Amino acid sequence: MRGLIARRLLLLIPMVWLVATLTFVVVAAAPGSYADTVDHPGLTVEQREALRTRYGLDQPVHRQYLRWLGSIVTGDLGMSFATREPVGRLLARALPPTLLLGTAALLLDFILGILVAVAAARHPRGWFDRTSTFFSLVIVGLPSFWVAGLTVLVFGVLLGWFPASHMHSVGADALTPLASLADLLRHLVLPAACLGLVGAAGTARYLRSTLLDIRGERYILAARARGISDRRVLWIHTLRPALLPVVTLLGLSLPFLVSGSVVIETVFSWPGVGLALLQAAHARDIPVIMGITLIGAVAVLIGSLAADVLYAVVDPRAREDGA
Amino acid sequence: MSRSRRLRIGVTGLGLLVALCMLGPLLLPAAPGIDPAHAALLPPGTAVTEVTVDDGRTLVSPSVRFEGDTVIVDGPRRSATVSRNEVAAIRATRFWLGSDRFGRDVLAQLMAGGRISISVAALAVLIALLVGTTVGLTAATGGAVVDAVLMRLVDALMAFPVLFLLILLATLFRPGPLVLVTVLGMTSWMGLARLVRGQVLSLRGRTFVLAARAAGASPRRIWRTHYVPNLSGPLSQDTALRLGDLVLAEATLSYLGLGIPPDIPTWGAMVAQGHRVMVDGWWLATLPGFAIAALVISLALIGDGIQERLVRS
Repeated sequence: MRGLIARRLLLLIPMVWLVATLTFVVVAAAPGSYADTVDHPGLTVEQREALRTRYGLDQPVHRQYLRWLGSIVTGDLGMSFATREPVGRLLARALPPTLLLGTAALLLDFILGILVAVAAARHPRGWFDRTSTFFSLVIVGLPSFWVAGLTVLVFGVLLGWFPASHMHSVGADALTPLASLADLLRHLVLPAACLGLVGAAGTARYLRSTLLDIRGERYILAARARGISDRRVLWIHTLRPALLPVVTLLGLSLPFLVSGSVVIETVFSWPGVGLALLQAAHARDIPVIMGITLIGAVAVLIGSLAADVLYAVVDPRAREDGA
Repeated sequence: MSRSRRLRIGVTGLGLLVALCMLGPLLLPAAPGIDPAHAALLPPGTAVTEVTVDDGRTLVSPSVRFEGDTVIVDGPRRSATVSRNEVAAIRATRFWLGSDRFGRDVLAQLMAGGRISISVAALAVLIALLVGTTVGLTAATGGAVVDAVLMRLVDALMAFPVLFLLILLATLFRPGPLVLVTVLGMTSWMGLARLVRGQVLSLRGRTFVLAARAAGASPRRIWRTHYVPNLSGPLSQDTALRLGDLVLAEATLSYLGLGIPPDIPTWGAMVAQGHRVMVDGWWLATLPGFAIAALVISLALIGDGIQERLVRS
């Protein structure tokens, strides 16, 4: 077990290197340079040169590359063009809201996904199965920005049930800690629901077919023959093995969550990494975009590592060839 | 919904949408130079009168009155009067899907936008197919070192959240339609490369391939009779689903303002525009969303249908 974790961690290092290199190559291959992106008609030639020197663009490409790798290793992700804030500090500020939103969405994703899949698998081809299959197909096809916009309109504006933007109400600083938490949770409802619902549709679709596969296994027949109630067979004997691949799905849903956060955070003005990325894109703030892209990729790598390890924890069969 | 019906519904839906978007702009060209004062934000189904004036202007309004020798075109904020002998043509028509803030017909815009969205996704999928198949085949046939290098590259590229990579590229290379096609294609070939490589490797060990080789069939013959037919099924299933992903990706980029320049109406940009007038014109953001969903769901149904056929055969 420990060997598996150690080996996967070791594999992580070349992957992070590759990801960082790719990020650099893409930016270096693009026409124009840092200096061009902050190019301003008012800049003199000297100022442009000073900018190029400051960002090391007067150096040959391989020097720039080594410098970029070196600064990453020391944890320095560069500095924003627009705000002159270190990218690391910007990320430290934007990550907690994104993690909060992502965790809430993931919880909703799995709880709702499991409930729907179990209810659908209880009577395959029954009315609930047909309805939920239809809806999960539709939800997966709907663009998330569209769903988010409609949610803002219906639940935020027309019905006014939940606040439809930002993390806190105006003046939330003056609230007691408990009231402040309640305020935060109220703001969390709509964006987390939008992000989680799309995931739940995918989880339900996937889990349903796994559940139906397992229903045909002989140990299920054996459990039935032993007189175990239908409910227990479904919830314990069928659901538990069916959840194993879902653990992998958990790791794989990370890139989806990270990508989805850009759209959802934009629509709901949620001050996370996705919103920061989009603002940087509109300001052509390349260091910020590079830093966030790199961190996003590393997060995905760590997520898939965690999924592999978790899988080995829950499924002894996966440990055999792993450790 | 039975599986074979899925394929039929999907193909029908896709065919209808493509036909509408490709032929629609010919049937219903967006009228040039409409004065928005009288026709902005009309709900779907509104009957309007279109007055073409000699000087080339087109006035459109739900209420056009005649008073003696003048034609009065009413609008919510101001009315226009035109002398009857200046009028070139008067025509009754209908905004079947309403009009936008500028008095433009939403149906005509949807069809024009769909033409762009579908073409961009289709061309991008061609690039992805080309690159993905080449890389996959090279990895599968080029020896262990080439395979390892290419597949680690694919792993690394797949670690990037797609939207992050798209945003980075869209920022670096200001997209016009062609750049966007390239960017979308270059960010979606990795899954295809994995698929092709995996299929080729597993086919290589199958008994019918070994038998063909033992019988002395030339490599080219084995490729034609065994590899290509067995690859085409999974590839077409993957292509259908990928096309749906690309439609969504293009729409998302346009929505975020990072896609094709906003003067060309794409479905994603139309939703973004519609969100600004959500309360006054619900149909503006809603309808393009339905169009995107219809297209993506049709493609998903086709993918499911093909998968079912593959499993059965």
